[in-house]
Parts: sequence; C-alpha cells; structure tokens
Amino acid sequence: MNKTKILISGNEAIAEGAIQAGCAFYAGYPITPQNELIGYFAKHMPERGRVFIQAESELAAINMVFGASSAGARAMTSSSSPGISLKQEGISYIAGADLPAVIVNIQRAGPGLGNIWPAQSDYFQATRAGGHGGYRLIVLAPASVQECYDFMFDAFDLADKYRNPVMILGDGLLGQMMEPLEIKDRRSKIKNYEKPWALTGCKGREPNIAKSFYMVEGDLEESNLRQQKKYKLIQQKEERWEEYFVKDAKIILVAYGSMARIAKGVVNRLREKGERIGLIRPMTLWPFPKKAFTQRPTPKTKYLVIEMSYGQMLEDVLLTVNGKSKVEFYGRSGGGVPTEEEIIKKVHSA
Amino acid sequence: MNHELNMGNIYSHPQSLREKSTHYCPGCGHGTTHRLIAEVIDELGIREKVIGIAPVGCAVIAYDYWKFDCSEAAHGRALAVATGIKRIRPQNIVFTYQGDGDLAAIGGNETIHAANRGENLTVVFINNAIYGMTGGQMAPTTLKGQKSATTPEGRSVELHGYPLKISEMLALLPGVKYIERTSLDSVANILKTKAAIKQAFQNQIDGVGFSLVEVLSPCPTYWGMSPQESLRWIKEAMSKEFPIGRIK
Repeated sequence: MNKTKILISGNEAIAEGAIQAGCAFYAGYPITPQNELIGYFAKHMPERGRVFIQAESELAAINMVFGASSAGARAMTSSSSPGISLKQEGISYIAGADLPAVIVNIQRAGPGLGNIWPAQSDYFQATRAGGHGGYRLIVLAPASVQECYDFMFDAFDLADKYRNPVMILGDGLLGQMMEPLEIKDRRSKIKNYEKPWALTGCKGREPNIAKSFYMVEGDLEESNLRQQKKYKLIQQKEERWEEYFVKDAKIILVAYGSMARIAKGVVNRLREKGERIGLIRPMTLWPFPKKAFTQRPTPKTKYLVIEMSYGQMLEDVLLTVNGKSKVEFYGRSGGGVPTEEEIIKKVHSA
Repeated sequence: MNHELNMGNIYSHPQSLREKSTHYCPGCGHGTTHRLIAEVIDELGIREKVIGIAPVGCAVIAYDYWKFDCSEAAHGRALAVATGIKRIRPQNIVFTYQGDGDLAAIGGNETIHAANRGENLTVVFINNAIYGMTGGQMAPTTLKGQKSATTPEGRSVELHGYPLKISEMLALLPGVKYIERTSLDSVANILKTKAAIKQAFQNQIDGVGFSLVEVLSPCPTYWGMSPQESLRWIKEAMSKEFPIGRIK
C-alpha cells in the first residue's frame, strides 16, 4: 500500500478526503473557522476537473448542491454554525427528495453571531432535523485530522448508499489544528452506487423528477413512511463508536470530536494513577451509538458526559441509559473549552 | 376534401407535453407558456437532453405536464439548482420556469448572481403581477394602485415601493446575453413569445450564455377580471409599466 504522511489542518484534510472520495462538486460561502476548506477546494477542484463555485450565499450554495446531486454527482458544501442555519431550508429539501449530499459544519460558538471559537452547540440542530419536516441526517463526528480525511469516504458512501444527506460535525479546534495525515490508497466505493434516478436527460427512459413535493392525498405520508423505514435501517446498521479502557471502568466519560481528545488525555492521566476510568466516543451522532451503552450490563457504571455545550448529547445518553445508570455532565461553551484539570475535578466529585 | 392532404399536419400534441388537462384556472397563462416551451423543445429536438426546474408557485407541478427530466427547487432557488445541474452536465439543456415572486422577490439574489456569473442557462420568467398560489398577494411586479390581498387599497408607492423591473436591472449585467419581454395578450404576441423562448434555448445550445424571457401573463382569478378583460389589462396597463420588446 502506498503511504505518504503530510502535515495538514483538519479543514484541509476534509477537503482532500472529499476530493479523493470522488466529490465532483463543491459550492460554499466563506465563514470562519472553515475558510481553509473553501480555499483548498478553490485551488484543487478546478485542477482536477471538478466544479468549485463560490456561491453568493449559503442558501445558494446548498441549493447548488441540490442541483449537482440531482444530476448524479457527489456534491458537498461546508460552513460554520451561522451559515449552517442558513442552509437548513436546502438540507430539508435534499432530505425530502432523497438526494445524497455531504454538509460539513465546523462549529463555532453561538447563538446568533456568537464568536469564532470552537463549540459543540449545534448538536441538537444536526441530530434533530435542523430544518422543517422531521427528517434525519447521518451525522459523523471526526476527532482527528486523520479522521477528517477518512470520514469523507464514509460520508459520501453512506450518502449514496442510503440516498440521504450526511453531515460532518466538527468544530473550530478540529478544523484549525494541524496533525500528520497518512494519505492511504483508500478506494472510494463511488462505483458501487448507480444512480438511475439522476437527472441526465430522459433519453431511452421515462422522465426522472427530483422532488420532495407530494400533493395527492396519501403520497407524502407514503414518502414519509418509506423514509422512516430507511432511518430505522440506518439505526440498525450504522452506529459507530470507539471504546477506550471501558471494560473495567467504574466511570466512563462520553465525549465526541475535539472534546474526546481532551477526555482521552484525562483517561490516560487517571489510568496512570490506577483509576478505573474509560471513554466512549460516539463517531456517529445520528444514529447515536446506543449499543455502546445497552451492551454494557453494568448499571453501577457511572457516565460523565463532557461537551463544549451546556448539555446536548447529554440528552441522548440520558435517553439511552434510561435511568439505569447515573449520568453526570460537565460542559462549557461560548468559546470555553473544558480542560483536563476541570474534567478530573468533576470525575473526582462525581 | 382531405385537409391533411392539402395542408399537411398543422396541429399536433407536442411530444414534450403529457396528454392531460392542467390544474390552472380558466384564462391563466401558465398552460399556454408550458405548451410553447414544449413546442420549442420538440422543434429543437432536445427533449432527451432537457432538464427543467419547476418553481414554487402555481406552476409547482409543471413536471406533471412536461415530458422530460425535471427538478423542483425551493422558493426562489431555481437558478441555484439550475447552476448545480448545468455545471455538472454542461451538455444538457437546463432551464428554469419562475414566477415574479420566485425570481424577483425571494430569489432576487440567486437570480442576480446566476446572471452575473453568466451561467449558460435559459430562464422563462412569468410576470403576472400577483401571487397566485397563495391567494393573490402583492408581487414585486404588482402595478401602482393595483389591488391585491395585501394591498387592499391598491399598491401605494409610499408603503410598498415601485413595480420592480428586474429584467431591465439584469440587462445591466455583462454576464447577461439576451433578455426579451413578451406578452400573451394576443395570438401575435403569443407567437412572438414562442420565438423569444426559442431564441433563449438556441442561445444555450450555441453556448451564448444567460438568456431570459419575461412573459406578461394573465391571472384572471386574482386580478378579479374575466379572461378577456385580463388580456385587455395586459395591453392597456401592464405593458405600459413593463414595455414589451427586446431589452438586451
């Protein structure tokens, strides 16, 4: 296998991963802290014969993605929190029309204009249908520059497999930090997914229609139910998570993305002192990795959820644990990032 | 006497139009314009290459009438969707069909920037000076003094501003290659509308660039007029505010 190591930021790794995974179309609008991403696409898409468009707005960008995806291309956009809010309309239409697409959110603190510091306060928006109509996104949460790159292959494959939008939920810390990235000869499964539904011109077949609109009584309900079936299948098949020292742990930290990196540091420090602590790191936020909790028949285990928010993933942990174990929470947001020391203090008081 | 023998086949159903009746009100211009587009696509022999974008508004299910590939678009976003499709499939012929609210109000930004990028697209812009689908509210193109559900005393310039001449605005952009305003108020003008639509498609085939036809189209239901009165109103009132003819 051909291996090369390069030093690169999370944002750039996402862009390079997308290109390697066969992304043929990118449209975006600048916003900090994800500008390296749009910059990378601007430089590298045209030279590889792909389409790059700096759109006039986030609304235009996501709707361009709708168009490119309906035409059969692997298409994506990226933004950060306030811009992702603007994209919600288009994401709802993409979900409604069963179109594959990848949307990257390099979260910053909010609400409103907030600031440009990292945060994890868009978890609800990402996992609960941020737009109207009650759909689901598959949400992947990378925790390293390597995963920023690797998860793009999964994102495009999952999007095509289920004809569903996929969100990469990162944050400003992950997007900005630089780490060595191993460029593996990883093959995208792009060829596995034929798209007979794509708009290509109706030569030799009946016309195809890309739409989420169903006027005739019962038709929309039927479409809804078909999508619910798809969501159930995704829940059954696609839960992903990492376990770190959980087997004998009396207290298990639960954290995703950048926060999980800090949590891992806490586990390492306390394990050195002989404390029985571990980490569950959800890699899919939707479907939330319920099996990571329900497969563990030890109600005495305590969970400590740590987030760069005031408790959003916490709700999924509470729903999953369903009162059978004690669940504690520690979080900061608005640009504040929980430190190892703060978490250790919380562990010892839990 | 055999008419067919003497005159040839002078009228048939376009292949690009499904054989079904529309949901449009009596006297509405959408059905006419749908047919003109279908005839043009047939005559240019591009049905199997065309991808149409249906709007939000009365023509939301235009794809139920046309017989070629189509996409929906969120209200106002047709030209963003069209841009995505055309950039991925430059060999296909991509057009949007948009009303005045879609193109000139909620989608104003998408319209201006697709035009300014000089996207090689065809736009058929239905201007009926009213919002039909939602029950006759003011459009950006509603005339001064015109009554609507949201201008019950008539459009007042002080309160609601002026009828928006988006075609003239777009004509200022160097990316725009062809703009013509036509009308459906007479058979002669319907034929001119067809010729303009054909030109706008031919431009895309030839790679000329952004081409738009604004069609002054009757909405008898929300103008509160008979179909005949509506045609007269286009001629006597609407065409004064929005003069027909080549703009660029």
